[in-house]
Amino acid sequence: MSTLTQQDTFQALFAASPENFHSIRNSGKESFLNQGIPAVKAEEYKFTNISKKLDNALTNFSTALPFEVTPSQVKSALFEGFEGDVLVFANGAFLPELSSTIEGVEISKLSDKPETSLGSIAKASKDPFAALNQASFVDGIFISVPKKSQIERPILLLSFNKENLGQVIQPRVWIEVGDFAEVTFIDQSISLSDSAYFVNKVVEVKGGVNSQISYYRLQNEGKNTIEVSNIETDILKDAKFTSVNISLSGDMVRNNLSLNLLGSNSEGNMFGVYLLNGKTHVDNHTNVDHTIPHADSNELYKGILADQSRGVFNGKIFVRQDAQKTNAFQQNNNILLSEDAIVNTKPQLEIWADDVKCSHGCTVGQLDEEALFYLRARGLDKLSAKGLLLYAFAGEVLEKIEEESFHNHVVNLIQERLGSKF
Amino acid sequence: MLSIKNLHASIEGNEILRGINLEVKAGEVHAIMGPNGSGKSTLASVLAGREEYEVTEGEVIFQGKDLLELAPEDRAREGVFLAFQYPVEIPGVSSTNFLRTALNQVREYRGQEPLDAVKFLSLMKEKMALVEIDQKLLSRSLNEGFSGGEKKRNEIFQMAMLEPVLSILDETDSGLDIDALRIVSNGVNKLKSDKTATIVVTHYQRLLDYIVPDYVHVLYKGRIVKSGTKELALELEEKGYDWIKEEVDSAATV
Repeated sequence: MSTLTQQDTFQALFAASPENFHSIRNSGKESFLNQGIPAVKAEEYKFTNISKKLDNALTNFSTALPFEVTPSQVKSALFEGFEGDVLVFANGAFLPELSSTIEGVEISKLSDKPETSLGSIAKASKDPFAALNQASFVDGIFISVPKKSQIERPILLLSFNKENLGQVIQPRVWIEVGDFAEVTFIDQSISLSDSAYFVNKVVEVKGGVNSQISYYRLQNEGKNTIEVSNIETDILKDAKFTSVNISLSGDMVRNNLSLNLLGSNSEGNMFGVYLLNGKTHVDNHTNVDHTIPHADSNELYKGILADQSRGVFNGKIFVRQDAQKTNAFQQNNNILLSEDAIVNTKPQLEIWADDVKCSHGCTVGQLDEEALFYLRARGLDKLSAKGLLLYAFAGEVLEKIEEESFHNHVVNLIQERLGSKF
Repeated sequence: MLSIKNLHASIEGNEILRGINLEVKAGEVHAIMGPNGSGKSTLASVLAGREEYEVTEGEVIFQGKDLLELAPEDRAREGVFLAFQYPVEIPGVSSTNFLRTALNQVREYRGQEPLDAVKFLSLMKEKMALVEIDQKLLSRSLNEGFSGGEKKRNEIFQMAMLEPVLSILDETDSGLDIDALRIVSNGVNKLKSDKTATIVVTHYQRLLDYIVPDYVHVLYKGRIVKSGTKELALELEEKGYDWIKEEVDSAATV
């Protein structure tokens, strides 16, 4: 059996790549071959040994084929109270016949949009997995929200995934949002089987001037799902982009989230909760690039780790020399519920401008025993008291989700996991 | 109602309580006084079930039940209430939600129906008036950003909501100005009945002008070394604790 350190493992993926996006694929492949799969000592993947994980867990490193999804599967995947439009995917392939048409929004398969400048936002040179996707994705989706349109109903990107002849799924999403437009996306994947597969996802978001984009994401897949995602956005003048990422399950998950603040008075928000148990490993690598003056970024990630789970947080804030009057805030707090749980947290600030406000902080601790006793002394049983405290801890992030039905859905999932309802 | 016999308790191997004996009957108010470090707060904590303390000897019977066998929440459900010396700030937990969950768990234990939102709110309104607490405070996170006086008032409000049989006030008066002290004491006095009892742990006699005790006990080095009526508190106010320390320490050396 070949291993990932031998690059011929990937030849099957390259060989099966479609003909379209020829030069983009070629540069992706070249970039991938230059970078290689991250070695154990690669700084960016130091705490997340994805190569070893893929080696051990996957037997068939070729594309998992699309499959048929039934309307009832779609219906049962929708959470209570959801009133929005749904775009359905099977192993990364867009299924228009099961998806909504959304008035005023252009939606196509990427293969029907060969002029799309894939890789211009999430650059292949920055991450080997982005490069691998760029070289060998099968198809994906193109979403364009026109100028000045306010899309009131949220758009749910609903992906069904499973091993299907192959084990590699490479979704590719291109979103462009016109000037002054507003839109909310919810990104959710459903595992249809417990067998191992690898999702290597790239989402590029090109926001217009004064646009307002929310991108909410729920990661609650099967216990054997391995996932790497690269989500990257360009934020122009007066625009706002908010990401809320909720990770609840999976085998090994690595999220690379990059916000490029390219226009003044722009705002980038990155929020996340990881509530993990078993042996789940979730790594959030975020990167915000302040390139111009007068832009703000806010970041808050909270982790609750039980059993032998592991959380990794790496928050990079880059403030370029021109980016005076930057406000950049970052916070990562963790509660460990077991002696075997591990968190590695690392703020990484690189500041070249001299008139900025930047702050960062991280904490790793246990549940506050004094608070627990206080609640119990009022008659709350231990489980409820713990649940209430942990829920309150995560709540600061959850309240950033402005879409009500999704907020309630996430709250329910989290309360269920914490073993209590309030 | 409460019978404490030869209670010994220690924390991290240091013995703090060294043989407490105390009988409290329904309708009574007992004041526990004593110099700093005498074990007053430890006694309150042990009764409420704080787990850092290890009871090494003795027994506590509360309404016929072995209190020391019960988890803290079950003591609360049986009717023991501790007003904390330092109420804990808990960001993100709404006072109202928390109290409703707590009250309904207590009611369930006592075999009562849970209160629905409407009944809960009307009960809250009634008790808020009793302890003169502002609705605004209760719409915030539990104790978060409250002043010292507001925290103590919130303790008495929770006490009013949970309707305990035995209330233990751990230095509820410390740090309060006269107005706040009057409000808190009024609340406690209104909640008293011939079926309930109160243990007031305090360093100062001042509180006892407002909450008048039937008995005053002086705790020193983990034992009750003197008991009397409210006049004993006034004597302590006048003369301090030194004379009692001397009495006890000289008796010990003889």
